[in-house]
Amino acid sequence: MSKRVVITGTGWVTPLGSDIDSVWARLLKGESGIGPVTHFDASTCATNFASEVKGFKLSQFLDDVAPHEMASIGTHYALGAAAQAWKQSGLANAKVNRRRLGIYLGSGEGQLDYNNFLASNLAGWKAETRTVDGGAWAKHALATMTAVREIEQEPNLAMSHVAAEFGCRGPAFNCMTACAASTQAIGEAFEIIRHGDADVMFAGGSHSMIHLLGMTGFIRLTAMSQRRDNPQSAARPFDQTRDGFVMGEGAGMIILESLEHARKRGATIIAELAGYGSTADAFRITDIQPDGRGAAGAMAQALKQAGVSPREVGTDGRPPVQYISAHGTGTKENDKIETAAVKALFGPLAPKIPFSSVKSMLGHLIQAAGAVELITCIKAIETGIVPPTMNLKNPDPVCDLDYVPNAARDLNAEGGVDLCLSNSFGFGGQNDTVAVRRFRD
Amino acid sequence: MSRRVVITGIGVVSPLGVGRGPFWDGLCVGKSAIAKPTIFDASGFATKLAAQLPGEFSAKDFVPKSYRKAVKVMARDSEIAVAAAKLAAEDAGLVTRGSLDGAPGTPTYPSDRMGCQIGAGLINAETDELTSALATSTNELGAFDYRKWGAVESDGGGGGMNNLQPLWMLKYLPNMLACHVTIIHGCEGPSNTITCAEASGLLCMGEGMRVIQRDAADLCFTGGCESKVNLMGALRWTLLNRLAPCAETDSPDSIVRPFDPGAKGTVLGEGGGLVVLEEREKAVARGASIYAEVAGFGAAHSPPPAYEEIRTKQSLSNDDQPGDGVRFAVEAALADAGIAAGDIDAIVPTGSGIREEDVQEAAGLRAVFGERLARVPMITVTPSVGQTVAGHGGIQLAVGALAVKHQHLPARINAGTVASGLNAGAESQRPAQLKHVLVVSTALGGQNAAAVLRRS
Repeated sequence: MSKRVVITGTGWVTPLGSDIDSVWARLLKGESGIGPVTHFDASTCATNFASEVKGFKLSQFLDDVAPHEMASIGTHYALGAAAQAWKQSGLANAKVNRRRLGIYLGSGEGQLDYNNFLASNLAGWKAETRTVDGGAWAKHALATMTAVREIEQEPNLAMSHVAAEFGCRGPAFNCMTACAASTQAIGEAFEIIRHGDADVMFAGGSHSMIHLLGMTGFIRLTAMSQRRDNPQSAARPFDQTRDGFVMGEGAGMIILESLEHARKRGATIIAELAGYGSTADAFRITDIQPDGRGAAGAMAQALKQAGVSPREVGTDGRPPVQYISAHGTGTKENDKIETAAVKALFGPLAPKIPFSSVKSMLGHLIQAAGAVELITCIKAIETGIVPPTMNLKNPDPVCDLDYVPNAARDLNAEGGVDLCLSNSFGFGGQNDTVAVRRFRD
Repeated sequence: MSRRVVITGIGVVSPLGVGRGPFWDGLCVGKSAIAKPTIFDASGFATKLAAQLPGEFSAKDFVPKSYRKAVKVMARDSEIAVAAAKLAAEDAGLVTRGSLDGAPGTPTYPSDRMGCQIGAGLINAETDELTSALATSTNELGAFDYRKWGAVESDGGGGGMNNLQPLWMLKYLPNMLACHVTIIHGCEGPSNTITCAEASGLLCMGEGMRVIQRDAADLCFTGGCESKVNLMGALRWTLLNRLAPCAETDSPDSIVRPFDPGAKGTVLGEGGGLVVLEEREKAVARGASIYAEVAGFGAAHSPPPAYEEIRTKQSLSNDDQPGDGVRFAVEAALADAGIAAGDIDAIVPTGSGIREEDVQEAAGLRAVFGERLARVPMITVTPSVGQTVAGHGGIQLAVGALAVKHQHLPARINAGTVASGLNAGAESQRPAQLKHVLVVSTALGGQNAAAVLRRS
């Protein structure tokens, strides 16, 4: 009999703010975090807008920021989210065995030291041969680039900073499975506790790709919306006029704990992590399995672990899942296939399940998306209200489920929200789903 | 009742050779593959040597015919991974979608019972490819001009970024290693990409082991692969003081000196290893040849030794001892295997030849093994293949499993004087009784992993 795993802390840093309740209120109002890119001059880019974090200062969350000052912006977001989660969990005042305190993040890389990186490349460029002269490149790079800026780009560094700040000495991992990463991190952290390898885990992720080559990469893939005339409504998951996702940035972090450990210290339990499913499409590097079986498989596994059958209605006549947080990127393919996967799994019950995408407001936080979206599920359970999919004015015939269009919905009259799924699917074919449930003894 | 996990296939892509044969033979005779690199110009760095893959390595020789086109969107890291996966699958005697390549036949395992966890690094964009595009967007002073880079059609078009192929970014996402391997072999089970530098490969192995134990798959391709033998790799490691200064004329086997207090650093290698992990009963039932059982796994974090900036007041309490992360990971792996330190017959350490890091690793091991550490032989590979970073754990696993299988210790190169109390100095190959071999990986960021391999 594996251990039950509960959530005792939550924190996020998002384009709509860095406090759980105020961001939740703005999401329920349908506000958008999207605006012009300010992190660099993207004015002439096909996509010149993004969903940026605004007004964030690490000193609002930590007393001593000196050890983290040179860290990447993504690491700062991770620390901000982790500090909120840690505070809410009350673990600071508990006696925790640090060897049983682990961390599993799906954080992304830090951004290049662009000024010096670009200048070094150009200093080495030989137009005649169309190659970079290594000697000239190295001379420029060694003279201008620094150890600390370089190491802070390493993708395990967000995790290292959080672990150092909060004293983790247990299992420590970071994964990069693109847009699925932080959901996968949460799922694997859950399994680590279930197996007994740790009692408490930080789990989540952080990322910012709002920089020159991050934006370039997605523009070249034509994966992002190019609605330059109306950025605030550019993120249109499930809408017939959708033309891609809108890049966001931020972090989401939760504290996972074995029920036993949480009880022993008298913790306030926010919700239970009830299941995790993980599959790979193994199909093509750019495309999703057209039948959506990877996505459906991840959801099915998460439900199975939660002990729920997808096609069985509850005693109250409601579907077994009361809310699904969609991956819902707003790309043509994802939204169509994710819809097909939900239908394949839930059959006739699929249209009865509220299934919305907060990416319509927050944009796509890439590796941080899953953790932030899981927290919206936790808030849905806590408040009985599910957030909307905004900008859904022109229904797409192939997207015909209940996306909670344009206005949040209060489900309290019907019995609130008990069990949610949160989906995240990554470029490269990783599909991850976690199931979160109202905690009951 | 718990499901047991065994290694049934090894795929190594190493500077000593591609395939476990040339890799093991090279190690046994004490060969070093450190040489002047030809895939990038190291002349501008104090470290002129590296451990590059031999010959004209290309994934083209290792992918199914139907997948050859995809090689052009693979970074070298992905090429290493698909080659290692093919070698591992063949070695394990598996029939997969990739080995069939469209021919009739049934794979050994159904797709949804096959997983894949491959450790990867931050992949550096190819400098020539990127700069040829950047160079189209400069101002009159020759500096990069952001506006010329974007230049949508309404602004006159012709933006410099259009010189990058549309799939450019997909070449460099770390999860592309696992992506290509899952597509080729048809692995639809859990798949992950762990990015914790030198610990990546062993952390992946641990996760793959747990995936099989919890019945989420019956088989996993797992390990790690990376190439930092390029300008950005050399730059970063030079700035971090992790590379040994050396001239082109220096003797290759004199440079990397694991656990020598006078060591000057390591050299960059490229490559990696993937192993096939299988649920033991299924492996036995199909008559698979077993290298070793993975009897235990542990992971732990400790404040990173080589990076002062994040050693905060909070992070280093009075209770912290040097090498704690290594110690905790090893203790967890031993407990998981249900054995004591006294049962370990050999250790495959990280042993990068970077002084501060080796000191920490040795301190962690000493805390577990005590005086006996002096009598437990270490198998150090960095003097032969360099530090392959995310590939290192995969290579360590391969050498550990081969040592157990062959009951043999490969030769050890070490031109230095090893710190007292460690069994890591120069030595010839020899037969040895090896029931349990411990593999330990420790990363610059403070992540540590350990695994116990048991003779099957």
